[in-house]
Amino acid sequence: MKVRVHVSLKNGVLDPQGRAIHHALEGLGFEGVNDVRAGRLIEMDVADSTTDAALEDMCRKLLANQVIENFRIEKVA
Amino acid sequence: MPFTAAVITFPGSNCDRDMAVAIEQITGGTVHRVWHGDAELPAGLDFIALPGGFSYGDYLRSGAMAARSPVMQAVIAAANRGVTVLGVCNGFQVLTEAGLLPGALMRNAGIRFVCRDVPLVVENSQSLFTACYTAGQRITIPVAHHDGNYFADAETLDRLEGEGRVAFRYGEPVNGSQRDIAGVLNAAGNVLGMMPHPERMIEPAQGGSDGRALFESVLAGLSVAA
Repeated sequence: MKVRVHVSLKNGVLDPQGRAIHHALEGLGFEGVNDVRAGRLIEMDVADSTTDAALEDMCRKLLANQVIENFRIEKVA
Repeated sequence: MPFTAAVITFPGSNCDRDMAVAIEQITGGTVHRVWHGDAELPAGLDFIALPGGFSYGDYLRSGAMAARSPVMQAVIAAANRGVTVLGVCNGFQVLTEAGLLPGALMRNAGIRFVCRDVPLVVENSQSLFTACYTAGQRITIPVAHHDGNYFADAETLDRLEGEGRVAFRYGEPVNGSQRDIAGVLNAAGNVLGMMPHPERMIEPAQGGSDGRALFESVLAGLSVAA
């Protein structure tokens, strides 16, 4: 089973990388970009028997730092 | 019993030797070098130091992989038993990722890697790590980091300040840290994490010796307790 874990910064947490990307986009002449937040995408291939609880456990214990990040689990196939 | 310390080395640590030399020179004690894959720590430790560096290449998040390495279970258990634990730079990141200290260390607000001497203010001179400084003392200690931007929610920050757990504050803007926090203590006061490198300022040949008092404080505190 393919699983995608989307890790994003929580609202209110300053994102220096997103800001730098935003700045660079403006430097390239792209207009109308209101905000940029950079996250992380983790793709995993796991046994079909892997439970939702186990996937959430992986996110909580390692893949995301819940002090600053949210995660979303997407099962692809 | 002579002072007994351990310095943990993770793959990618690069300040472990400096840390071991600083502890040896200042405390005159024995320093064990411990590899991250070891599941057990040497017996009878007074002090554990997690050094700076780039453990696991800062993969995933700085300190994230190291915090889950076998030795960290033993370090967490030791910290909970009251053993004195210091994390410097990457070591601070490991301590937050391991849940021994609150908050997180994010990318520097200016994006740039910051490598220079910075002024620090000793906010709490009553702690196990700072008793040989005076409150409000300004010292100079170098930083060298990319992810030193301390973040915690407002409630946590208020609690840290209220409980005297902000050990050091930057004397000028360095990396965007909330409230210019450079080092924090755990609730029990036996764990300190800080981004600046006291082990790089222990003798005049290094440009200053403002870091010595931190190790002297740890030694003095343990002598009193013993």
